[in-house]
Amino acid sequence: MTELAQLLETWEPVIGLEVHVQLNTKSKLFSPSAVQFGAPPNSLTDPLVLGMPGTLPVFNRQALELALRLGVATESKIRAKSRFARKQYFYPDLPKGYQISQYDEPLCEDGRLDIIVGGAVKRIKLERIHIEEDAGKNTHVGQFSHVDLNRAGVPLVEVVTAPELTSAEEAAEFMRSLHRLVRWLEISEGDMEKGQMRCDANVSVRIRGEERLGTRTELKNINSFRFVQNAVEHEIARQVRIVDGGGRITRETRLWDADLGSSATMRSKEEANDYRYFPDPDLPPLVVDGGMMGTILRTLPELPAARFTRYIEQHGVSPDDARTLISDRALAEYFDVTCKLHPGERSGRTIANWMLTELLGALNAEGKDISQSPMQPATLSELIRLVEDGTISGKIGKEIFEESYKTGEAPTKIVERRGVQQISDEAALWEIVDRVVTANPKQATEYANGKDGLFGFFVGQVMKQTQGRANPVVTSDLLHKRLGR
Amino acid sequence: MPALTRKEVEEIALLARLHLDASELDQMQGELGAILEHFAALAQVDTNDVQPMTHAVPMDLRLRPDEVAPSLSPEDALRGAPVKQDSVFVVPAIIGGNE
Amino acid sequence: MSEWLSVADTAKKIAAGELTAVRVVDTYLSRIMNHDRELGSYLAVDGEGAREAAKAIDAQRAEGKRLGPLGGVPISLKDVLVTRGLETTAASKILEGWIPPYDGTVVEKLRAAGAIVLGKVNCDEFAMGSSTENSAYKRTRNPWDTQRVPGGSSGGSSASVAAGLCAASLGTDTGGSIRQPAAFCGVVGLKPTYGRVSRWGVVAFASSLDQVGPLTRSVHDAALVLEVIAGFDPRDSTSLDVPVPPYTDALVGDVTGLKVGLPREYFEGEIDNEVKAALDKTIAALKDRGAQIVDISLPHTSLALAAYYLVAPAEASSNLARYDGIRFGKAAQGAKDLLDLYMKSRGAGFGREVKRRIMLGTYALRSGYYDAYYKKAQQVRALIKRDFDDAFGSVDVILTPTTPTPAFRFGAKATPMDMYLGDVFTLSCNLAGLPGISVPCGLTSDGLPIGAQLLGKPLDEATVLRVGHVIESLVGLRDQRPKAVS
Ligand SMILES: [Mg+2]
Ligand SMILES: [Zn+2]
Repeated sequence: MTELAQLLETWEPVIGLEVHVQLNTKSKLFSPSAVQFGAPPNSLTDPLVLGMPGTLPVFNRQALELALRLGVATESKIRAKSRFARKQYFYPDLPKGYQISQYDEPLCEDGRLDIIVGGAVKRIKLERIHIEEDAGKNTHVGQFSHVDLNRAGVPLVEVVTAPELTSAEEAAEFMRSLHRLVRWLEISEGDMEKGQMRCDANVSVRIRGEERLGTRTELKNINSFRFVQNAVEHEIARQVRIVDGGGRITRETRLWDADLGSSATMRSKEEANDYRYFPDPDLPPLVVDGGMMGTILRTLPELPAARFTRYIEQHGVSPDDARTLISDRALAEYFDVTCKLHPGERSGRTIANWMLTELLGALNAEGKDISQSPMQPATLSELIRLVEDGTISGKIGKEIFEESYKTGEAPTKIVERRGVQQISDEAALWEIVDRVVTANPKQATEYANGKDGLFGFFVGQVMKQTQGRANPVVTSDLLHKRLGR
Repeated sequence: MPALTRKEVEEIALLARLHLDASELDQMQGELGAILEHFAALAQVDTNDVQPMTHAVPMDLRLRPDEVAPSLSPEDALRGAPVKQDSVFVVPAIIGGNE
Repeated sequence: MSEWLSVADTAKKIAAGELTAVRVVDTYLSRIMNHDRELGSYLAVDGEGAREAAKAIDAQRAEGKRLGPLGGVPISLKDVLVTRGLETTAASKILEGWIPPYDGTVVEKLRAAGAIVLGKVNCDEFAMGSSTENSAYKRTRNPWDTQRVPGGSSGGSSASVAAGLCAASLGTDTGGSIRQPAAFCGVVGLKPTYGRVSRWGVVAFASSLDQVGPLTRSVHDAALVLEVIAGFDPRDSTSLDVPVPPYTDALVGDVTGLKVGLPREYFEGEIDNEVKAALDKTIAALKDRGAQIVDISLPHTSLALAAYYLVAPAEASSNLARYDGIRFGKAAQGAKDLLDLYMKSRGAGFGREVKRRIMLGTYALRSGYYDAYYKKAQQVRALIKRDFDDAFGSVDVILTPTTPTPAFRFGAKATPMDMYLGDVFTLSCNLAGLPGISVPCGLTSDGLPIGAQLLGKPLDEATVLRVGHVIESLVGLRDQRPKAVS
């Protein structure tokens, strides 16, 4: 056992995340200039984005709708009347000298997000989800910094978890679950490389069993799923070694450097900002109207974690397959449609097998995803039925799949055309079995004298005679009768 | 509400990013102190269960449709900038990341 | 032509072809040449732009097109109003040289109505002050006595209107900045209901208090200009989506049966005797015309000053954070690092009063102080509003002096507190978001104008205009003109 693993027997990490997610809108949160990734510097601004004198914010309806979707999907309390506040600090990427955010009256509180750890669902409490505007981008160049304000004013939600994550793995899994959810609900692309999802982590450690939280540090600037794991892992190790050596953790903000694979102090509590929050006098209270709530409630799809459980309990799908099926909403939808077309006990398990091996296999080979599948659920279900009712063997089934996938021809048609229906008729098979045995007296005698291995030889002969169409069960049954054992 | 100490005045000036020379600091301390004294009256008022009035006229936030209007050209965006290079604003080096 | 022509008559004569817009503009431009060197009301005169606009108006008329309600009327704009392509400084060094890429809504509306912008007029830096002495650029003198201030912060507006250097002007009013200078310069100044006029393109001082309004030589002119600039604007989230009535229709010249409230808190205490006398005369005249005079009380009045000087600076400290010398305006030279750039640019760019208010507001919003100061002030503000709601249950309009004294001499206010105390009568109107007007109601023995203030119910500009119009006809200045220009 490694030295760190040993320390973690005594010390328990506690992690809380603050995740910023870009809302998928055409225009900015408070002005109509466009939201777009990778545009030339300062080509997506207007007087408001630049913080020019006399400009005023006007709130983007779509941002509210998307934030509410997330609030509802996480079973958050939605505030009938929430408020925008100014978070004030001086920074070159913050044109107005304040960020319009939400402070003591956020849109959503007390939510939860289910994450899947070790094949089971774990429920993580969300303290709040609030709407705020993004800042611009500073690029460090020698003894200067360059400021690009294209991103300034882009709509974000900040999702704040309770300190309930207990390992770097869980932290990373939370990010993956949130990522899946926001894509599932079409709230955000969630592309971390494009900065559409960014994460700050509050990390502390305490003796296992201890109630009180230890002194926490805030890790900033974590911009990929891998970094979340690495950064948190690294910080846990750092803290555990300090406290175990009898040292104390200092309350500070640390900056994660992915290239160095380490973090460094950015600002200590002493120099912490006094943000001087106060209600933004330019923006009256945000009142959520029933109409919008109604639409959101009506149109909210079944969520990934719920489907995960349903697939296992209702369809007998294995946890691993269930996890794969919910990795992408389109995949899950495909599975659900196929199941509906294909009722019957436990058929879900079979459908999952065909989807994840044959169908995904074929799609991956072409670099396609499920939404581009040439084979529709009805066709797949038809094929599976042919196998289930014994019309064709599983082996033939795979051949039929390939042909139908390529040509789009219906499986039933292919089966008829190729005449590959399985032969299960005893009378017909008896003749073939009898002919095969008569034709091989030597082997028949050796078998009779106990050379069991030869049984397979006879089965093979029968299959040869029938181009593999003989029903294997019936065949071996008749062979036993004909051979006498 | 106590009058202002010199140290407080300096802290506030830093928070507000205002360079004040020694004489300005002295004067500020005196003047702000006098004004704050006048505010003492407020403390005497009973405001229990009085909702703070953040807006002169009560109204709800209006929602704007998510529509795009043309942006300023980078040239227009940077026209008034004291220090610029190509199409970016230029400032003395910043250490650390975003808030 | 006479530069004393009313807004209505100017528009009428131009529409009728009795005057050309070019002639009108040239008359005003030459008067500015002759008188403004002494008065210092303009920061920038846009002669070329004004002549171009005038030619366009005359051309329109020649083509038989119908002119707007202000077709060819020359106006001046307080320099906190954002004008596309025309330097806008808010009378501050920190904005020196800023050429806005857009027009404010009120400017758009004026231009659409055919008004002609003569130029930008002086004011206290970022509209913070009551004498225009806080302008970073120049001193503006009171046309009635050039040794005295024109009031503030819209002192360039009041002086330019009083001296006939424009037909009308737009100012802004955060705690009296339209009504007080109007009173000091013997003109009409109207502060609309909060939300009645768009704030898009108005350099913000205190967002929950600022309103744009007209300064004019008559109540009728004020009504005309308000009709043009008022109305819903989707670019301002605090703009009220309610119809704008034809204000000129309200000027019926009759107050019979109207209940006029006199809040006792505004009449006891430090008021100049001549001001008091002028108000008494005004009250008597209204009574004589059939108005019902009612004594009322606004019990929280004494707290308005404290509430205002916490709320306004707090909002200002935030609104002025954007002036950092990075995207526009002036930056300090040779800053050694980013912090130094902020400190020096803002330290050198802002004047003393602006710094004082930023400090005060920053102090009030600090964590740990918020509840005791900003929140408390907003709660007291609610009580002040409640006072007015109660009062308006029993009266139609409230009458008070606009200021405790007439215009004072330059440098007369020794301390900031002395200056602030001059605003006691005008602050509450902004805290409560009400419409208010100042109308001349006489001259002092040494010829200084005195103003009467009328406060109305929310959105009831019509009634303050109606009563102001009657006061004007009874005790107004008629054709008495300021010394400096007559
Ligand atoms: Mg945060
Ligand atoms: Zn945030």
